[in-house]
Formats: sequence, C-alpha cells, structure tokens
Amino acid sequence: MSEPVALKLTAKDFKSDQEVRWCPGCGDYAILAAVQQFMPELNIPRENIVFVSGIGCSSRFPYYMNTYGMHSIHGRAPAIATGLSVSRPDLSVWVVTGDGDALSIGGNHLIHALRRNVNLKILLFNNRIYGLTKGQYSPTSEVGKITKSTPVGSADAPFNPLSLALGAEATFVGRTIDSDRKHLQSVLRAAAEHQGSAFVEIYQNCNIFNDGAFETLKEPATRDDFLIRLEHGQPITFGKDGQFCVVHPPGGFGLEVRETAATPAEEIVVHDATVNDPAYAFALSRLPGLDLRNTPIGVFRNVDRPSYDGVVQEQVATAKAKVSDTPEQQLAALLATGDTWTIN
Amino acid sequence: MTKQIRQLDRVVIRFAGDSGDGMQLTGDRFTSETAQLGNDISTLPNFPAEIRAPAGTLPGVSSFQVHFADYDILTPGDAPNVLVAMNPAALKANLADLPRGADIIVNTDEFTRRNLAKVGYASSPLDDDSLAGYVVHPVALTSMTVGALAEQEVSKKDAERAKNMFALGLLSWMYSRPYESTLRFLERKFAARPELVAANVAAFKAGWNFGETTEDFAVRYEVKPAKMQSGTYRNITGNAALSLGLVAAGVRSGLPVFLGAYPITPASDILHELSKHKKFGVITMQAEDEIAAVGAALGASYGGSLGVTTTSGPGVALKSETISLAVALELPLVIVDVQRAGPSTGMPTKTEQADLNLALYGRHGEAPVAVIAPKSPSDCFHAAIEAARIALTYRTPVILLSDNYIASGSEPWLLPDVASLPDLRVEFASEPNGSDGTFLPYLRDPETLARPWAVPGTPGLEHRIGGLEKADKTGDISYDPANHDFMVRTRAARIETIPVPDIEVEDPDGDARLLVLGWGSTYGPIGAACRGLRQRGLSVAQAHLRHLAPMPANLGEVLRSYDRVVIPEMNLGQLAHVIRARYLVDAIGYNQVRGLPFTAAELETMLEEVLKNV
Repeated sequence: MSEPVALKLTAKDFKSDQEVRWCPGCGDYAILAAVQQFMPELNIPRENIVFVSGIGCSSRFPYYMNTYGMHSIHGRAPAIATGLSVSRPDLSVWVVTGDGDALSIGGNHLIHALRRNVNLKILLFNNRIYGLTKGQYSPTSEVGKITKSTPVGSADAPFNPLSLALGAEATFVGRTIDSDRKHLQSVLRAAAEHQGSAFVEIYQNCNIFNDGAFETLKEPATRDDFLIRLEHGQPITFGKDGQFCVVHPPGGFGLEVRETAATPAEEIVVHDATVNDPAYAFALSRLPGLDLRNTPIGVFRNVDRPSYDGVVQEQVATAKAKVSDTPEQQLAALLATGDTWTIN
Repeated sequence: MTKQIRQLDRVVIRFAGDSGDGMQLTGDRFTSETAQLGNDISTLPNFPAEIRAPAGTLPGVSSFQVHFADYDILTPGDAPNVLVAMNPAALKANLADLPRGADIIVNTDEFTRRNLAKVGYASSPLDDDSLAGYVVHPVALTSMTVGALAEQEVSKKDAERAKNMFALGLLSWMYSRPYESTLRFLERKFAARPELVAANVAAFKAGWNFGETTEDFAVRYEVKPAKMQSGTYRNITGNAALSLGLVAAGVRSGLPVFLGAYPITPASDILHELSKHKKFGVITMQAEDEIAAVGAALGASYGGSLGVTTTSGPGVALKSETISLAVALELPLVIVDVQRAGPSTGMPTKTEQADLNLALYGRHGEAPVAVIAPKSPSDCFHAAIEAARIALTYRTPVILLSDNYIASGSEPWLLPDVASLPDLRVEFASEPNGSDGTFLPYLRDPETLARPWAVPGTPGLEHRIGGLEKADKTGDISYDPANHDFMVRTRAARIETIPVPDIEVEDPDGDARLLVLGWGSTYGPIGAACRGLRQRGLSVAQAHLRHLAPMPANLGEVLRSYDRVVIPEMNLGQLAHVIRARYLVDAIGYNQVRGLPFTAAELETMLEEVLKNV
C-alpha cells in the first residue's frame, strides 16, 4: 500500500466561520483549540470527519468545527452517531458530550455504544455541573453539592464516568484535563488510533457555575502530588519526587497507593493498558479520593475487540458476495419467493 | 363410498385451539393450499399476547380465520361457516361468533371433565342439546392421530402434536384442496428430523382418509377459482409486504436501507424479515430502545441511507423528540407504526386505529410530517414505497400507519413488475450552491421546497446542522423573530404542498347521496358493506384516504358533494375530527374499539340506518 498523501491541513482549516459563544474563561475554549490543532495529525480530509453532539454547553462544539457536524438532541448523540458510523464506515465519527448529556439523559445510549464497540470517538467534557440550564447538580457532582436545585445539598451519589464505561467493557478508556493541551492531544491521538469505541473523559472547568472543580489537579503546588500520569509499560509512580506508587495488595480486589520509599520495586504495578480483564482498569478508576487525590490520567485501557460496524459491514459484504444478479433481478426473485401461483 | 360434491361460492373457516396447538401454522397451510387453487383469500389470525398462556384456558385460545371465494373478497369474513375446535376452550371462546347451522368439528379427546371444568362447562356441551342449532362433527382427533402413527418412530408427545396435521388433512379433503405444497412444506420444516416429516405427513393423510371413509362427512365441497387479473400471485401478510416494499424502495432508490428497530408487537416481524435481506445492502440494527432505534435511523439518513424505524404506538411516543429533530434537520426518515390497541400496553395483539392523532400531532412545536396508511395487507408493499418516495423527494419524516389487522392478515398479491415500480433515485448535493461559492444547506428547491441532501464525505460542502432554529438558506443558528416565523411556515408549507393523488370515489350507481369515508385497514369491511347495500338496490359511495397528511386537494369538494358523510374508524373519531375541523363538513363518526376489525354486516346495518334519513 502506498503512503497516503499528506493533506497539509492546519488548525485554521478546522475553524468554522461561526463565532464561538461559550462564556469567557470556559474550559471548552481550551479543548476546542486543542482538538483543532490536533485534527491535522489525523491526515483525514475534513469532509470525512463528522462531529455529533447532544445538548449542553459542550454540545455546541460541532458548530465550531469546519467538518460535517450535527448538534442533535439531549442524550441521543451516541445513538445517532451509531447509525451514521455503521452505515458509513468510511467516516471518522466523533461524539462530543457532557456529564449531564452522556450520563443522565443519555446514559442508556452511552453504555450500549460502548458495549457494542461502535467505531466512535466519544469525548465527555465533565464539569460536574449543568451549565446551559444555569447551575443544577449533575450525575458527576459530589454528594452534598449545593446548587439551585439542591439548596441543602444533593442527596445522590455520583457516577464515576470511567468506572461506568469500564463496566460496559469499553475497549478504550482514557482521561485528560482541559488545561493540559499536550496531554489532551496525546490521549486524543491514542483514541483516534483505536478501532472501536474510544471513551475519553476530559475534566473541564465551568468558571461560572462550578469554578475550580479540578483546581487541585491544575495548581502547580498540588498537581504533581494529586495526579497519576499513566504511561503504558511504566511502573506507576507519582508525586513531585515520585514519592508515591500504586500496588496491588495481595488478597485485595483493588489497587492502593503506597509510599515508594517503603515499597519494594517489584511490588509497584507496571501499567498495562492492554490487559483484557477490565477489572484492572476499573481498579485504577477507583483510586481517586473525594478530594481528587490520586487521580489517574492517560489511557487506562486499550484492547482489541471487533467493532460493531466492522461485523455488520462484514455480514453485508458476505451476503452481497454470494450474488451476481442485478439488484432488480434479485428483487424480482425475492418478491416471487414461497408458494406462488399463476393465473392466465 | 361415493361422496356427494357440492359447489359453494365462498367459505369461512376458523381453526381454533390452544396457543400450543399449532393453529396459526394449520391456518397458514390451508391458506396456501387454497391459494394454489386460485380462490381469492383473506385471512385473520387472532392470538393472545402470552406465548403460552395456561393450557386449555380461554385466554390461551389462538385462532386463524380464512375466507375464500370464487370471486374477489375484501375481508376475512364476519362469521365462520366452519369452526375447528381443538378443545373445550376453543369451542367456548368462538361459539358466539358462529351463525346457526354452521359446522363444528370438535376434538372429542380433549373434552375431559378437567378441561371442561377449566372453562366453566358443568357438563359436556357435546352431550346436551346446547349445540342443537349446529352441525357437530365429533372427531377423536388426538387418539386417531396417535393411532395412525403407531408404527412411526416418534414419541407419544410428538405423535399427539401432529394432530393439527390430521385436522388439516380432514379440512383439505372436505374442501378439495391440493395438498402437494403442504407435503413440500413439511419436508422443509422438519428437514433435520426425517421421522417428524414422516409422522406429520402420515397424520395429514390419516385426516384426509378419515374424511373420505367416515359417514359423518357425507358431503365434500368445492369452491371454484376466482376470476382474478392474470399474473403471478403469492399470499402475503401486511408485515411481509411492508418489508418487501422497503427492500424495493432501496433497490429503486439505489440507497442502502438502514432499519433501526426495537422489538415490539406487532411490528417485530418487519425487523425479522428485513434482517434476512443483507444482500440488498439492508442493515438492520436491534437498538437498545425505541429512541436509539429512530436516532440510528436518522443518523444513517444523514449519511445518505434510507433511514427507517418500525414500531407500534408506544414506540412512536418514545421517538417523538427525534422525529421533531428530523423535521428540523429536513432529512428523509420513514417511521412505520403498526398500530395496536392502546393506551399504554393496551392489548398488544389486538388491532386499533387510534394513533392517527399521534401521527398527525404528536410532537412538540409546529412539527408537521407526511402521514400515509395502507388499506390492505398487499397494499403495505406499495405504501412502503410511497412513504420512501415522499421521504426521499421532500426530505421529510413520513409516518406510515399500518395496524395489526392488515399486518397479520393476508391476501393474494399480484406480483408487480419490478421495472414498473416508481423510480426513487435522488441526487445528493455535490457542489456549492451559494453565489459566492459557499454552501447553503437550507437553500431550497423552489419546486419541492426540499433542501440539498449533502452527505458527509462530499468535499467542499462541510456544514453543521442541528435542532436549533436555523436561518433561512445559510442554516446558521438564528433567534431572529421574523426568520423563525418564516421557517415555521415554510416547514408547514413543505408538507402541505406535497402533491398527492386525488381521492377517488367508488359510486357505481352514480346517484349516491351518502359517502362513506375511511382510511387505512377499514377499506375491506367498508367495501364489503357497500357492496352488500348495492346488491340490495341501495346507493352508497365509498372513498378511502391513503394520504392523511397532506390530504388530497379534491377532498373538500368530494365531501361537500354528498348529503351525508359517514366515517367508520377503530378509534373514537380521530379522522372525523380532522375532517370536521378542516372542511366544515358535518361528518358522522361510527366508532368501535374492541380490538377487532369491523364486520361488514355491522357496517351494512349502520349504513342502512343512516340511509333512511338521507
């Protein structure tokens, strides 16, 4: 196969003529800029890229991408994108969604898209709040969240989006942060290379209704001690001086954080995103505490499984390969199937 | 013994038994044999929603009615001339529908004290005079079947299960049906188990021979072939015809068909059928729910497929928001609603026409769509193609309202010549349409008011669409008051100006003053009632609506040219309401919601009453 022709696109090529209308200071700007800058790397013609979104602040995203795009209805983007992707395997289909859109009203479609392993790249902007409807708590808000709709604190426990995706056996699961462009693009790159569903949670700051939700992960003073930067094939250590590490205590189900100095090197877990059993990535997803301490970012899981689109298209191709008649001839034969009789 | 042969012009037979007795299969086979003979046919299955309701109980009774004649018929028949009752429950559940003098063939083996008690018979109706008004043929169906299979290598259970073939053999003999197709069918069905082929064939032949030898059946009947248009026919149900219509729409448009569906009675058979036709490029997706089913179909339409979703009323309710999105996106989408009795779960296996309001109005905002309804099982084929034609040409959702009566019922279908089917080819947008080289996704075709269908993958036409209101031509987000008013009116005009054929009136006497207007599956019973009246010298005109949105341009004129308009519907007057509001015509509704189709007789009686005051 010859090398594909370099398209020489730039970030500018992916900017649409529409004025971007998020609130000044919104984390969505940084994500948009990072995605636009990353897109040329794919070397896919703009016309073969489609962004599908639901409803919410993040879902305005397609309007700002100079590709094909659909701003659909609340929660349904994974379903709509599934129909598009299955019927058009030649396209690169991206879903942009938020914590309310994907995990509340659209929870069902999300888990089924992941279970089917539809060839979609799903970017979930998680700001842990409803922004477009002006500040109600979301399914990722912490318990006791005080908002307009929960004046004395929310009573329900939040979803951990990655745990949920892993429960649905998503084949690619990652997490990144709006403000870390380099890291964000590295996760997008891995997601784009993945065949099947790629689920990427992006921590995104809503400076109006939930400002500073992820501040400890961004502040130079705290971030290194709070963040676990996952790297495939590397022992999981973190902290300013690498003073923390992740181990799998014998007898336990999950992973735990220890002090590196007091841990024999062979006990430190070496990150392997290709472990087939989702339990490992699930254990990673359970590490963060309520204060976001021990938050892993990067690619948690990246395994191979046939994509739904691929299997469906293969079934169609197999059926088509068996026939040599024209469609009209086949149709005439189909109509006359079964017991027929002729009247002269 | 030579048996007397009597000629009949028409017969209605109802096979009834426990839902595990194979009555649907028996009825299907009898229908197929009858079709081979060239009679006109109409069938009506009637079964409980439970897959296996408790054996021997009234809720567990399943039946299949077949009407065949030497002339063209319009309905499965009001009342059976013959009832085959496989157990006491089947007798009790169906007796009230039988006219006096009808033949009843009963399986006496099942008339045990226990089975009689299950359905509240204190004593066997076979032993008292409660069936005196009927011609009862007591037949020990089960034990004779088991006896006939004594030499076969099958279990007693399998032998007993073959009793439906004994019954079919007997009825096939009684009505002089050709049985070769049934023997071929049994060979196919039990190909993996030759001993069952042998057993079922033996049971069938035993039933046939029993008829020939027993003195209880002194007469054999014949129904001559009907005079039908020449050509090749097959017997087909509405759901099968609809499925083939969708395949045909794919072939004639050159587009892949994408069906998103969630299993629901009575529409699931369309999903089953279409899933077999992958070689036509048909993709079927069993979605996680009704909303995903229509969402995936819309996504496929966006990508250049013919997006279709099939469901029943509860599913349409769930799809409502996505249909509204399709209205805003102005993309083709076919939504098939095989109506069943509602509200809520209602009676899933029973028919009704009560989703007309839902189809016409069941969306938020001003969200008009096209609505059409087939009038008979075979018409579902052509209605599906028409729905696809409107969806593709005018870039709009189209709701097709079938119902359980025609979806499960069957009739002979004159196979169409493929080349004569409508040409549904569409042109995707391929280059910018704006004066300055830009692409305007909402610049309309002045004739059809359709916007360009620019599918992803087309260079230079990258654009964004969505549910937010769009500016005319550019499709950019717009909150401009005048623009919204313009777009709402344009979307209404888009549907209202779709050209649909004029409604035709059937008034052979030419002097009728009463018009009966119907829509959808009531065509058969209304037609049969009108024929009955005309045979008695009364004049009545019949008109039937296929297009419910938009309505034919001549409808108002037609309605106003009659002194009286009667609208029979299996709902509480939904079309009548529209007609009264739209045309200021004082239409009279005739409504029933029993989960069953109208009988021709009840409509005839009703219309005769109306005629007295015209």
